[in-house]
Amino acid sequence: MTALPLDTTNQSDPDHAPARRPRRGSAGIGLPIYVALALVFLLIPIGYTFVFSFNDSVKSNLAWRGFTLEKWLTVCNEPGLCEAFGNSILVGVVATVLATALGTAIAIALVRYRFRFRSSISLLLFLPMATPEVVLGAGLAAQFLALGTQKGIVTVILAHTMFCISFVVVTVKARVAGLDPALEEAGRDLYGSAGQVFWRITFPLLLPGILAAALLSFALSFDDFIITNFNAGSVDTFPKFIYIAAARGIPAEANVIASAVFLLAIAIVVVSQVGRAARQKRLDRLS
Amino acid sequence: MAFAAFASTDAAVTKPARRASTVALVLLLPGILYLVLFFLTPLISLVITSFQAELPGGDIGDYVPGLQWQNYVHSASEYLPHILRAFGYALVATVFALVISYPIAYFIGVKARRWPLLQSLMLTLVIAPFFISFLLRTLAWKQILSDESPIVLALKAVAILPTDGHLTGTPFAVIFGLTYNFIPFMTLPLYTTLERLDIRLLEAGNDLYASPATTFLKVTVPLSMPGIISGTLLTFIPAAGDYINASRDFLGSSKTAMLGNAIEANFLTLQNYPVAAALSIILMAVILMLVGVYVRRSGTEDLL
Repeated sequence: MTALPLDTTNQSDPDHAPARRPRRGSAGIGLPIYVALALVFLLIPIGYTFVFSFNDSVKSNLAWRGFTLEKWLTVCNEPGLCEAFGNSILVGVVATVLATALGTAIAIALVRYRFRFRSSISLLLFLPMATPEVVLGAGLAAQFLALGTQKGIVTVILAHTMFCISFVVVTVKARVAGLDPALEEAGRDLYGSAGQVFWRITFPLLLPGILAAALLSFALSFDDFIITNFNAGSVDTFPKFIYIAAARGIPAEANVIASAVFLLAIAIVVVSQVGRAARQKRLDRLS
Repeated sequence: MAFAAFASTDAAVTKPARRASTVALVLLLPGILYLVLFFLTPLISLVITSFQAELPGGDIGDYVPGLQWQNYVHSASEYLPHILRAFGYALVATVFALVISYPIAYFIGVKARRWPLLQSLMLTLVIAPFFISFLLRTLAWKQILSDESPIVLALKAVAILPTDGHLTGTPFAVIFGLTYNFIPFMTLPLYTTLERLDIRLLEAGNDLYASPATTFLKVTVPLSMPGIISGTLLTFIPAAGDYINASRDFLGSSKTAMLGNAIEANFLTLQNYPVAAALSIILMAVILMLVGVYVRRSGTEDLL
């Protein structure tokens, strides 16, 4: 922390002509070292979870008892774990589809149209992101209680869709705002119907934003525990399984699932970034 | 990329928007209706529940509609320590997260600008904790900080920690967990604003003989204020409502229980719905006041 731009060392940046830029806040070697250490710190629990997925543990997974691949191969032997994981996937997929559809429509309307109550609608979209999850969870549970609704997987899906919508709107809105309306006008000039213009021009151009929003929704839904805990009744999701297991010890199989999901998520991020870099390169070459 | 969602400052390219039409209504209505039904009315149910009275002679969990405003007085006084812990821990964790995150965001957003590949690698590492279960990464810290862990043994050996001391179950561990878990929420909005910082302004500060410290405090920090504000909100809000880090099975103990733990216990275990609802409304009210200050500063258009 001490080695920030606050640093008083008078070294010039080695990658630049030293004469022109005297100590433009250059922090020497301190800042990169700090950042490297901080990033390692952020990764420690991930490494721990990953390593202990290979632990030859009996029941609880606290002490290291030797390396085994067994937990990876027989992950569903742990009672209830794969069922909870399946529920998480089901909830995640359905909530993502619903929230992405509802949120994308709102995002398009917000950017493209002027209407009354605009600031109230902005506020209504912002508030779910600013409300602590425990309040969202307890509120929905109070409503389901008042209506006499049986809690289960449907109530979890309803809850997850609710908190994902706002994040979809934020993500897709940025994409809609960057979209050139001239492209759609060109489509209309060429006698494209409203449907054709939307599906052949608008939608493909928005697709990267919509996919990013869908991935974000799925990640939020998949990892949600607090809201789920209030509205799941007796249904388990993956995080709820861990919460219940925490009292008696987490089986290594849970680490297996978490590690596998982590690797998949990182792969998706890397592929999308590489894809974006390649696209950017193509565009640069064109212009 | 996903982290755009965490920044409050997405560039709102204002275009000549067309006039309101039925199309706008059709696009808005389903989603807005959904939020009214599953966000707004639940908040109203929470308010109604918080005023409920016990059913005389009823079972546990039986309540009748009422105007028991005393619920608030009772809940607030009985759970005052939980309320203070929630906002106290969240505040300390937010300050720690800001101090830890700022240099990371500064390095990625300003120093690493010339290497886009390094930038995206580091950003991926910052958001990597999102991809491993929140509960499991908290439990990993519980094991790493447990009484038999090398870290605790080393701290005892150098007498930083007394021989009968613990790390888990203490306010330190809870604040540590909150800080760790929400660092990405702080780093990403900071990065988004610092990434757009015009380096020439820093050079101007230099040229005018400002020391690096002065340039940092008078130029960099004010220009990154939007990121500081949204990062602070994005960290403080979930931290204040969290009940996982402070839970006995995770990093806390009964002595570290926060407001969220009290709400969970009253709602799900004790079935004391009015108390849980009153505590939720108290939490919500404090958060809304904070958000209100924020909205005053930057207006509603900037919210999304």
